[in-house]
Amino acid sequence: MSAADLVWAGYRRRAARRMAVLLAAAAAIVATTLLDVATGPAFLPLAAVGRSLARLAEDRTVDAIVWSIRLPVALMALAVGAALGLSGAIMQTILNNPLASSYTLGISAGAGFGAALVIVLGAALPVSEAYAVPASAFIFAGIACAGVSLIGGVRGATPEMLVLAGIALLFLFQALLSLLQYVASPEALQQIVFWLFGSLQRTTWPKLAIVAAVVALCVPALLRDSWRLTAMRLGDERAKALGVDVKSLRLRAFTLISLLTGVAVAFVGTIGFIGLVAPHVARIFVGEDQRFLLPASAAAGMAILSAASAASKLIVPGALFPIGIVTAMIGVPFFVVLILRARRAYW
Amino acid sequence: MLSLERLGVRYGGHVALCEVSLDVARGEVVALVGPNGSGKSTLMRAVAGLARHDGRIGFAGGARVGFMPQDFGSRAALSVLEVVLLGRLRTLALRVDRDDVDAAALLLGRLGIAELAHRLIGELSGGQRQLVFLAQVLAGVPAVLLLDEPTSALDLRNQLELLGLVRRLTREKGLATIVSLHDLNTAARFADRVAVLCAGRLHATGEPRAVFTAAMLRAVYGVEADVGADSNGVPVVTVQRACTGPQTDPTAP
Repeated sequence: MSAADLVWAGYRRRAARRMAVLLAAAAAIVATTLLDVATGPAFLPLAAVGRSLARLAEDRTVDAIVWSIRLPVALMALAVGAALGLSGAIMQTILNNPLASSYTLGISAGAGFGAALVIVLGAALPVSEAYAVPASAFIFAGIACAGVSLIGGVRGATPEMLVLAGIALLFLFQALLSLLQYVASPEALQQIVFWLFGSLQRTTWPKLAIVAAVVALCVPALLRDSWRLTAMRLGDERAKALGVDVKSLRLRAFTLISLLTGVAVAFVGTIGFIGLVAPHVARIFVGEDQRFLLPASAAAGMAILSAASAASKLIVPGALFPIGIVTAMIGVPFFVVLILRARRAYW
Repeated sequence: MLSLERLGVRYGGHVALCEVSLDVARGEVVALVGPNGSGKSTLMRAVAGLARHDGRIGFAGGARVGFMPQDFGSRAALSVLEVVLLGRLRTLALRVDRDDVDAAALLLGRLGIAELAHRLIGELSGGQRQLVFLAQVLAGVPAVLLLDEPTSALDLRNQLELLGLVRRLTREKGLATIVSLHDLNTAARFADRVAVLCAGRLHATGEPRAVFTAAMLRAVYGVEADVGADSNGVPVVTVQRACTGPQTDPTAP
């Protein structure tokens, strides 16, 4: 066997291993989704859930629970998990920083402020809160994202400056949010707090369709840039030397981040942990070739949020624990064990 | 092949490079030497299109430039093969085919690091990393090769081998190569010509034996040195001590 044959065989092996990881993740996602649909005030046997999903159920009640109530919520967990996992992965890559995510860089805080603003203004607005809250959250997520990327457009801006700008925005929006909470009525305050916890329960099929459509549109755009994104991990200078137009790639990436984060946060509130952690989990298993890292980050986000969604219904039987809290409670120990066990340096 | 005319670069108010004119022919290796901060990296960044500049940079027939910046380490979870494949970024498709991998494997083999192909770049020594990044630049099939301190982390043998390979490739493929180096004896041995930068200006250029003189070393580096020659007539610089008293301004007319 020649040296080239050996290198090619090694490459094929590595690619096959990564595909196996993605398939295992897909299987885990199917399992957590079934569990998520089965759990609730009335626990449905998995077999009944399977039959209903295959449109073979005889029991109309099971069908109604599965199709009208639980399936959209379970699928929303997947769509939002994918959106947050993807946006976190892109952000960490283009900013070359393991702490970057839409939560740590103020984009979720922007969305939270946008939502709170509408809740406080409430009756004064001419449109229904049901639409105005997500719309405002989406707009302010976009404003925060634009703020960070505008700084990136300044000549000589470094990734570190972008991270600092994001952190500054986080503090700004948190302060503004605190101000709104300070002046809010007790009812509005309660609503704001509930929104900030994050909840999948407001999901409807149309809302799910919007989030899923945005994710579906962003994925091909991201994969087209996957090699250029991979080059970014070698630093701006080397990426430029390789022919990457770093400025325009960052702008494209920020546009997609604001879409993905904005639409996810708008409909389910701030679920912070996933955008930070899902890419790290994915990186441990598949490395940083973005052709694999991006799908793996999406898959990790889906699996974590879906598992958290099921767990949020199991912790206190009959009650629903806020999903944002559960995600962190389950995810943090899992994540810590994972990074401690990771044998290879991965950042 | 490569022609620089009155090249100038400013960073804010600071003049990093001033009116540098230099030609590099096909098949020629030019070593760029000079003290820290003399503008070596800036010159390469300008030629690679990464720094705004005045003056003119001419390439014969729109030649492709391969630039290897100085190494500041990388902790990315990327394999050596993936890093080298990135050198072919312009033509790399989502699905990597056998030709891409073979081309990368061939370069890794020529640099003697084929066995590192599936190791992570973050796990390598500084010297190994420099070899990987050289393979990356060569994978882009450049006609103009710019290497910024490519031997700074290499042991003696690897320095000899890397520069020997660079010279061979330059001749074989008719490249125009600029290599920045700190070791003048290495520069004298491997380069066809040397260009001495000092405070952003081109102080001297020519064959090593003409340029490396005690007077140049005193004026540019502020050191007293003996310049002899080895059995092949290649100059050998032996530094004695730092100059006492104020350093003469080499840029003064």
